[in-house]
Amino acid sequence: MLTSIGAPSIDALFDEIEPALKTSHFDGIDEGVDEMTMIQEMAERARRDEAGPCFTGAGCYDHHIPAAVWDIAARGEFMTAYTPYQAEASQGTLQLIYEYQTMITGLTAMDVSNASVYDGGSALGEAVLMAVRANRAHPSNKTGGPRRIAVAGACHPHYVDATTNITRNQGIELVPTGTTDGRVDLDALTGMTGDRMPVAVIVQQPNFLGLIEPVDEIADWASANGVLVIAVVNPTSLALLRPPGEWGANGADIACGDGQPLGIPMASGGPSFGFLCTRSSLVRQLPGRLVGRTVDRHDQPGFTLTLQAREQHIRRGKARSNICTNQGLLVTAATIYLAIVGATGLSRVASRCHERTRKLVGTLTGVNGVRSHFAGPYFHEHVIDVGQPADRVADAVAELGIVGGLPLGRYFPDLRNCLLVCATEKRTDADIARFGDALQQVLNG
Amino acid sequence: MNDVSSDMRPDIPDDYRYAPSHEWARVEDDQVTVGISDFAQQSLGDVVYVELPQVGDEVNAGAEACVVESVKAAADVYAPVSGTVVAVNEALEEAPEMVNQDPYGDGWFFKVEPTDLEEMDDLLDADGYEQHCESEADED
Amino acid sequence: MNPGETIFDIGKPGRRASAQAPAAGDAPDLPASCLRANAPRLPEVSELQAVRHYTNLSARNFSIDNQFYPLGSCTMKYNPRGAHRAASLPGFLNRHPLAPESASQGFLACLYDLQETLKHVTGMAAVSLTPMAGAQGEFAGVAMIRAWHDARGDDGREEILVPTAAHGTNPATAVMCGYRVREVAVGADGDMDMAALKAALGEKTAGIMLTNPSTCGVFERRIREIADAVHAAGGLLYYDGANLNAILGNVRPGDMGFDVAHLNLHKTFATPHGGGGPGAGPVGVGERLVPHIPTPVVARDGDRYRWVDNDQIPGSIGRLSAFMGNAGILLRALAYARMLGREGMRRVGEYATLNANYLMVRLADAGFELAYPERRASHEFIITFRNEAKTLGVTAMDFAKRLLDYGFHAPTTYFPLLVAECFLIEPTETETKEELDAFVDAMVRIRAEAETDPERVKTAPHTLPVSRLDDVKAARELDLTYSFGEH
Repeated sequence: MLTSIGAPSIDALFDEIEPALKTSHFDGIDEGVDEMTMIQEMAERARRDEAGPCFTGAGCYDHHIPAAVWDIAARGEFMTAYTPYQAEASQGTLQLIYEYQTMITGLTAMDVSNASVYDGGSALGEAVLMAVRANRAHPSNKTGGPRRIAVAGACHPHYVDATTNITRNQGIELVPTGTTDGRVDLDALTGMTGDRMPVAVIVQQPNFLGLIEPVDEIADWASANGVLVIAVVNPTSLALLRPPGEWGANGADIACGDGQPLGIPMASGGPSFGFLCTRSSLVRQLPGRLVGRTVDRHDQPGFTLTLQAREQHIRRGKARSNICTNQGLLVTAATIYLAIVGATGLSRVASRCHERTRKLVGTLTGVNGVRSHFAGPYFHEHVIDVGQPADRVADAVAELGIVGGLPLGRYFPDLRNCLLVCATEKRTDADIARFGDALQQVLNG
Repeated sequence: MNDVSSDMRPDIPDDYRYAPSHEWARVEDDQVTVGISDFAQQSLGDVVYVELPQVGDEVNAGAEACVVESVKAAADVYAPVSGTVVAVNEALEEAPEMVNQDPYGDGWFFKVEPTDLEEMDDLLDADGYEQHCESEADED
Repeated sequence: MNPGETIFDIGKPGRRASAQAPAAGDAPDLPASCLRANAPRLPEVSELQAVRHYTNLSARNFSIDNQFYPLGSCTMKYNPRGAHRAASLPGFLNRHPLAPESASQGFLACLYDLQETLKHVTGMAAVSLTPMAGAQGEFAGVAMIRAWHDARGDDGREEILVPTAAHGTNPATAVMCGYRVREVAVGADGDMDMAALKAALGEKTAGIMLTNPSTCGVFERRIREIADAVHAAGGLLYYDGANLNAILGNVRPGDMGFDVAHLNLHKTFATPHGGGGPGAGPVGVGERLVPHIPTPVVARDGDRYRWVDNDQIPGSIGRLSAFMGNAGILLRALAYARMLGREGMRRVGEYATLNANYLMVRLADAGFELAYPERRASHEFIITFRNEAKTLGVTAMDFAKRLLDYGFHAPTTYFPLLVAECFLIEPTETETKEELDAFVDAMVRIRAEAETDPERVKTAPHTLPVSRLDDVKAARELDLTYSFGEH
């Protein structure tokens, strides 16, 4: 090959690079090892993290994944394919995304969905940027003042952080309305009038603490005041709960969330995918890829990326976002998951999770010194008060082999004695009893 | 320009004025109607969407007023004159292909109540614009 | 399967994969107003129907496992299965992202090792692994540049410079970070136009975003001069790691004078592209930007590993994802790096460069026109079909589509935008000489077809599940979801 090139050595191929730039500082990296050794090393580390039953949710859930999901999703034809820019060579991925768009709009009762973004947190960031673009009538567009986004009630604090960090350089400010009994303080929200009227309001349902928010009141107030509604939802819950497209009289304007519950392992929180849906009228404000159905030269149906003129590779500095990823492989898994479980299966998963969580709450609050922190309806997750700093309790329970919920003091100082707990359909009666016994042992010796 | 066949030669009607960025402007009843030229629609290819301004928007001569999209490109459309948008061609929302089919007629974009009608004199006439198009084509 | 037949077409009401759902729980104790009135429209198929449908769909894709993908700037190399296996170990797959540190030492150790490895690879002082893709790495990088200027009270800097040949993400990122974009011309030799750069630099300059080797497929030779000029003007330099594969183990962004660099692990570190993602875009930073790196990162105290969050890095630009970015991709990259080791990494850059230069010379010898004939290829290079387009009426897109018929994925077409009718070709180090030769043969045959039977090329592809698609109809008559009852 060097002869064909006419170069004396491989080094000569780098002769345009000044010698002083070539590094001699690579020694900090070890010699390579073979595959077997690498797997052995990694397996030793993975074993250290094997834990007992998981009762933590908070945006990432230990659901059963049907065996077929990853057997198919991990096929090289899906896993090692590139972004489907060459449509004729990517009909598999493209049709699958079209099916995904249909399923996720069905779940959310929204009109359109993109092909996904990175995760739930960044999906909320994109939703906020989109709302600011879409709400052209908002006075802040004329005054040049800060674009305020109200955060109604208890939204996932990591989502709020990620969204703040993604949007802060564009004059956008997230304003929490505060909570009453763990839910939105409606008076505080509806008191945002005049100059303080937000561009959009974010509502998570069920909220971060597992509680049911008054989404109809929020959506109707927003709609009457020219404020866009951004819904953050758990897709599993949508098998049972009223979907964002049906909130209030007019529905939410944008719905987003994390797709992890749909057939994706927890895997330390990623990769999963963020879904992002909206009304037909706002489709051109959506960032990211979209797949459309069309026909080929012979009038046969086919699928292709569409509305690409919104995207960075064409619009550059005027693109809707810099994003050029959809989490294709995870969308592949979620699509196969939804096809296999169907609406009936998903509603069984959802109701079973809720039933397991109620059982869990019953068991844990039977332990001396433990009580439910918030009254009122909750779904799938719940806050329990353990009567002493919850971070130490969680660590002690972990020593007994239980991933026992999320200590909340880090996010809400007045909930420092509280754990956010969750049980999925995978948690057996024996698992729940084990958690109860562990908590009993930790709290009462 | 030599290898452009005669049927592709852009139509440049005499009774319009043109901006070097390929918009046309025409005065009717003291309002200025704006669209993109035949040369522009040919370069863009099939137009799939026009992001129109809103009635009441202020536009400035030479500044972005709206965006026209084909499948593979998005082009800013600059206002040829300054003023207030008084009408937009809502029919383009359903039928963006009119920009390709009838760029000087049904494919118009918006109408402006101009602040200074004399700005029309800064635009090119048909001859000037034709020369401008030829010089741009030669650069390719 | 019939053309266009979706999962919704093959279902029947009431059919489902009953083995795949738990027994229903009791009716939830929730107010009726919270509950959904109608079940969502989801497929109603058996498990076998679903398996067969998606297996058949997979066969309608090109993929690395099936085809050569010489996609410039995309680094479509082989994705070693060992890395996938390692990331799929149960202890990693089942770890909850918020599990206590005491139950996370294995995972944290892996992240720490990857941080250290990437520090050496980039020549930087610190690394944060959280960005979930190259574009988010770019965002993190420019947001840090902004945080640095802001922390110094230097708030008049409003512009980010970007070469005209840059990836579209660069200007889009600068705008997301609240900057104006100022483009800088590229010279006829593919290097930056120094006069244009110096004219653009000034007190408004916040920084510059560069890829090196550039998107023109050549190494920016005056990089140190550029770095000095930007620093002298008070700006910082951002390195877009899209093309790091070319110089892996040989030249490091930190040594070139960059202040921040992102890496695309799905390119250089061989994690699979997954049909559009996931990727990962870790960022390495020089000393100046260490106080601003995105969180969380991992620290080691003796043999214990722990998370470091905003409370310990108060100047951080903060978290960019709900948890720890695309953790599973990070594990795959670590596994790949571990197998390569330092010698292997150096060989990656060398063989990628060898393959690219070989393919470039072979195509030039076969009569294809190079965009930068006087230059070495980096790991990629550009050819232009401007003559073929003019004399035969056959465009780069036509060549691309016809290549699909020959069993090759098309190279990157029409990018960079400043070269007309171009292919950006990147063979990567994992292709054999035989595969490269077969690609040249296909290109030669397509050009012969273009001369004798141009319609054959202009109407390609002819052998795939669909022929060329009507993009205009797709955009004008948007059909983004299945219409139940209408098909």
